[in-house]
Amino acid sequence: MRPTLAALLALAAAPALAQDRPVLTVLTYDSFTSEWGPGPAVETAFEAECGCDLRLVAGGDGAALLSRLQLEGETTEADVVLGLDSNLVAAARATGLFAPHAAEAALDLPVDWADDTFLPFDWGWFSVVGRADEPQPKSFRELAESDASLVIQDPRSSTPGLGLVLWIEAAYGDEAPAVWEALRDNIVTVTPGWSEAYNLFLEGEADLVLSYTTSPAYHLIAEEDAGYVALPFDEGHYLQVEVAAKVASTDQPELADRFLAFMLSEGFQGVIPTTNWMYPAVTPSAGLPEGFESVRPATTLFLAPEEAEALRGPAVEAWRGALSQ
Amino acid sequence: MTRTGAPRLPGALAALMVAGLCLGTLVPLLRGAGEGGFGAADWAALRFTLLQAALSALVSVALAVPVARALARRRFPGRGALVTLLGAPFLLPVIVAILGLLALFGRGGLVNDALALLGLPRLSIYGLHGVVLAHVFLNLPLATRLILQGWLDVPAERFRLAATLNAPVWAVIERPMLARIVPGALAAIFALCLTSFSVALILGGGPAATTLELAIYQAIRFEADVAGAAQLALLQYLLCGAAAGLALGLAPGAMGGAGLGRAVERWDAQGRAARTGDALAIGGAALFLLLPLALAALRGVGGLAELPPEVAGAAGRSLLVALGATALTLILALALAMRGGHLALVAGTLPLAASGLVLGTGLLHLLRPHVALATAALPVTALVDALVALPFALRALAPALAEIEARHGRLADSLGLTGLRRLRIVLLPLLRPALGFAGGLAAALSVGNLGAIALFAAEGQATLPLLMARLMGAYRMEAAAGVGLMILVLALGLFWAFDRGGRTRAAA
Repeated sequence: MRPTLAALLALAAAPALAQDRPVLTVLTYDSFTSEWGPGPAVETAFEAECGCDLRLVAGGDGAALLSRLQLEGETTEADVVLGLDSNLVAAARATGLFAPHAAEAALDLPVDWADDTFLPFDWGWFSVVGRADEPQPKSFRELAESDASLVIQDPRSSTPGLGLVLWIEAAYGDEAPAVWEALRDNIVTVTPGWSEAYNLFLEGEADLVLSYTTSPAYHLIAEEDAGYVALPFDEGHYLQVEVAAKVASTDQPELADRFLAFMLSEGFQGVIPTTNWMYPAVTPSAGLPEGFESVRPATTLFLAPEEAEALRGPAVEAWRGALSQ
Repeated sequence: MTRTGAPRLPGALAALMVAGLCLGTLVPLLRGAGEGGFGAADWAALRFTLLQAALSALVSVALAVPVARALARRRFPGRGALVTLLGAPFLLPVIVAILGLLALFGRGGLVNDALALLGLPRLSIYGLHGVVLAHVFLNLPLATRLILQGWLDVPAERFRLAATLNAPVWAVIERPMLARIVPGALAAIFALCLTSFSVALILGGGPAATTLELAIYQAIRFEADVAGAAQLALLQYLLCGAAAGLALGLAPGAMGGAGLGRAVERWDAQGRAARTGDALAIGGAALFLLLPLALAALRGVGGLAELPPEVAGAAGRSLLVALGATALTLILALALAMRGGHLALVAGTLPLAASGLVLGTGLLHLLRPHVALATAALPVTALVDALVALPFALRALAPALAEIEARHGRLADSLGLTGLRRLRIVLLPLLRPALGFAGGLAAALSVGNLGAIALFAAEGQATLPLLMARLMGAYRMEAAAGVGLMILVLALGLFWAFDRGGRTRAAA
């Protein structure tokens, strides 16, 4: 008993043992660090060139990262936050916790992006994803009228969840609360993050899940399963740009800049399509995999960061109000 | 209480500390609460909190009445073990219970598999009914013990008299007894369910099934909205304070469960229908309580192979927190028990009004400007766990101390043993069994508790229950079950070690 106890106590007390190389801590969302996500490849590639120890720390879904950083303030250990999105950029800037980056790159985004602090690393369109052999509603209205079940994410902790709220806001404006009202009985549950929702969907707890137009490509390429579809919606699809930024209080500013530059290089961008299943911010030399070009939606909905920030609070309240009844 | 030679100053200090923590955390909450007022969703959280607690209390008590009656009037092999088992869920980590319920009622659980075989639609455990189901599972044993106590407090002679006079036992004895006991049982379970966090976190389904406790967590972790959380915490504080007061006022005071061992000879319950009914009540309750636990343990054994690497560190942190919380609880409880009187009573009751997340939010407010959250995480968790366990530890220690003082107090006085010498020479050796029991209680509660740690933990700071909640959230049920088994073993093991340690040394 005693040696085990001592060992456990030692494990609990000692944080990290090897401290010979500088450590860069990158706070990111859960699915980025999973074994099938971009994390492992990115870590190997960056550590090969930086002579440092890259620690990818999972902190829930994208929106939870921001609140975590706000709570930790300047005492945070994070040097870089990777996984906020266009809808959170204005709120993140207002915290004053982020510093401008030094990177310069020509970005392949479907919208103009010029921001000295928040640097895009990938982008994609949100979409409701379902199974090929089941009914496929063509709009939120049609979905609401059907008895299809849907699992979504909490807009307060998850960037897809927030994207959905702003998507409906952008598409329906004043009618958005009524749309949520109508969707209420279709929603099985609300998860804190994308990973939980997608897992529930795959386990069969729901017919549909909020994800991305490129999600079926994952099943097609990685699992050779053509049984999943992204449902094209008449309203158009909301665009998400995922960004990373340097934390102002970092003790590794050069290393953080180096990581952000690496983020737009081939070593990072090349693995994004088939690990994060998003469109890379800089199209890699090999081009895009199968199933990416074919799902580009006819209409793109997008709110610039300031517009998104202005609508975010009221839209989330409308969502909570409608679903809490 | 008569004034004795036991030290009284530490008790006053302990009371001051408890009051400072329970009421002091209100000050930053009052100051921190925003002026925003409550939104529709906040009121919905309040409504849901009240609704689920009321339903949970009603269903638990309604089911407990036939079970308690059956236990009160039947003798059968294993009855003693079953009554003892009814005390165990108090030590059972809530999150492990949820996992067991998921194994039975979840999508891939036994019940749904059976329904699918019969061609019936599957049931979902998420939402209000899932939350109530879990609360009934956790509180049915307590309800049964409280009501069983009511039955056994009826003198056996009265049943004999009723039988001789051919009087209706239900109208004359049982209904008046239940009318006296049931309100207290309802209030106690209602109060316990108000602070539900883990159950709503895992089985709640979005804004429609959010308790206040969960809304506090979401305000902090999702929105960094500390002012909004403070507002909710104040509301929760008022609610729990009122409910705890109500429960104490009505409580039958049968937490000890002494004298539940006997069954009363009953002449009115010899018929076949009564026998069958009782057998069904006891069998059904035993199955409902044991099956999920057996399933959780079984899955846990399978899950041990899938344990994530973080588990060793989490176990170490859980153990550190539990030992810290236990030490603090024992010191506070001992000091308060020696002090006695109203002050100890009030200080021992205050933590019941403050839930883990309310205390956590208050401390977060106090500490955040000065200390890194990560630094504060484990000490704050231990502190909050210690306070949560204090009322129960005090209830275990105070009667034992009073008895020792009654027996040996005068001799100790005449020998001039006062202050710390009295504590060392007289009280501590004789108190060992009670200290062991109270310590075991505190340690087991702390190991299984998911509360304040969820507010504070940074990367690599999870305790076992938090790690388990995260694994369940990621749908890694096998690994979660493995962690659950570790929590269960650690909780019961700590309880056993403390309890046993207290008793053997007393005998030596």
